[in-house]
Amino acid sequence: MREVNLEINEGEFVILAGRSGCGKSTLLRCFNGLIPHFYDGEMIGKVEVCGLDTRQHPPYILSQYAGMVFQNPDNQLFALTVEADIAFALENLSFPRDEIKKRVNQALEIMGIEELRDKSTLELSGGQKQKVAIASILAMHPKILLLDEPTSSLDPFSAKQLIDTIIDLNEKHRITILIAEHRLEMLLPYASRIIIIDNGRVVLDGNPREILEKHDVIPYGVSVPRIVKVVTHLKKTLNNSLIPWAPLSVEEFVDIIRRWEKK
Amino acid sequence: MIVFENVEYVYPNGFKALNGINLEVNSGEVVALMGENGAGKTTLLKHLNGLLKPTSGRVLIDGVDTRHSTVASLSRKVGIVFQNAEDMFFSPTIQEEIEFALNNFHFPGDVIKKRVDWALKFMELEEYREKSPFLLSGGEKKRLALAIILAWSPDIVALDEPTVGQDMLQKEKMIQIIRQANQQGKTIIISSHDVEFIAELKPRIILMSKGRIVRDGPSEEVLTDIPVLQECRLLPPQIVSLTSKLDFLGLKPKLARPEEVANEIARRVRHLVNYS
Repeated sequence: MREVNLEINEGEFVILAGRSGCGKSTLLRCFNGLIPHFYDGEMIGKVEVCGLDTRQHPPYILSQYAGMVFQNPDNQLFALTVEADIAFALENLSFPRDEIKKRVNQALEIMGIEELRDKSTLELSGGQKQKVAIASILAMHPKILLLDEPTSSLDPFSAKQLIDTIIDLNEKHRITILIAEHRLEMLLPYASRIIIIDNGRVVLDGNPREILEKHDVIPYGVSVPRIVKVVTHLKKTLNNSLIPWAPLSVEEFVDIIRRWEKK
Repeated sequence: MIVFENVEYVYPNGFKALNGINLEVNSGEVVALMGENGAGKTTLLKHLNGLLKPTSGRVLIDGVDTRHSTVASLSRKVGIVFQNAEDMFFSPTIQEEIEFALNNFHFPGDVIKKRVDWALKFMELEEYREKSPFLLSGGEKKRLALAIILAWSPDIVALDEPTVGQDMLQKEKMIQIIRQANQQGKTIIISSHDVEFIAELKPRIILMSKGRIVRDGPSEEVLTDIPVLQECRLLPPQIVSLTSKLDFLGLKPKLARPEEVANEIARRVRHLVNYS
């Protein structure tokens, strides 16, 4: 990371984008204290998460504010049952038994995986495992969810389901989302902000519609959804003002055309 | 040529991963196996070089029944790049990693040197020659795994989920590599659930679900058949989803470049739009 200055507000839904190796994962690891406490290397500057200086507070404290979901859920799950996995961190932090039960139930319910409670984590599909990984973090009642390419090993259907759940966490439960992800077409319509990183620097930061409309992000390795390419070309062909904003999903675009047709 | 005849495969725990697979792939074809996680794609790939042998039925690689051959001799013809490329690595340097298989196949020294140089150059890994393979990025590891296999030049190259964890630029590079290898006469078999990547590559597609083949045809047909894709828990490419929702403009679901679709929409909406 080089000269990164950022402020992310409560309730934001932030996509981190950029080519592999650009620094997305490094940035995420700064928010739960894995950097500077766990990884070697030198951190210059200061990171504050929910008012806590990450240098002064260890990861087990910071992770109660900012929980991380990794690319491969197998690296995160290890207990014999789903329930035990979700309860693990709370037990370690010596929460009272009743509170643990309450929070485990709540996390299972929010993720819609109550039926998995007594299953072995070994029996689960990739999508289910990722949901359990998220549930085990939700049990800590974090304010921020950090997700590092959570859908990369999932098939499209399971990926869509997982992303819908993440959107719900943001909209219904006001959890701040920071997600590094290549499947932008599923996320863009819901994100409040996209931060594009290149070679360790923040090169673009703003509303996804504006960024995609005004900037060519392809050189940064960002996969621009096909719908955005269609609209960009259509705007060149037709009168520019006819498409008042940049639609980010097929549904939004189809709605605009339907409206023309009605007129 | 690859032939699967009534292939069934049951894992030791009783799980039937392949069921009644009949398949023919000709030399020089590019084929994608698609389907959700657990559909049987990787199990099928592992039958190509005899890592797995059918519980019943048979697999023929250029007429050789895999049940009567060894992985070592089949590998000369079939190279598989697994999803987790790192699992293939063990040498201290990238150069040695590529040399290893060539030595095992008893290529002469001067040929080995040429092949290693060619593979490193083709995969743009020359600058890392003396580095440890474990220090490469995810995308570079995939390229090294492919370099190792292309170096011994098997006729059939199988790639298991080549785009997992790859960014867009790496995916474009992967498409170029696949096309080039195919132009050199290689048969390419890819397992993938990355519909946008496959839509770009446009291979013959074999759709799998629960160990069976449910559809086999060109990309233009299979990727526009939305009900069948849904049955296999795949989502259509965004362009197909868009064209299918514009049926009220007279568009049909189709696989095309964004510019072509934009032009077609423009033609059809011009009369709706009152130019000022």
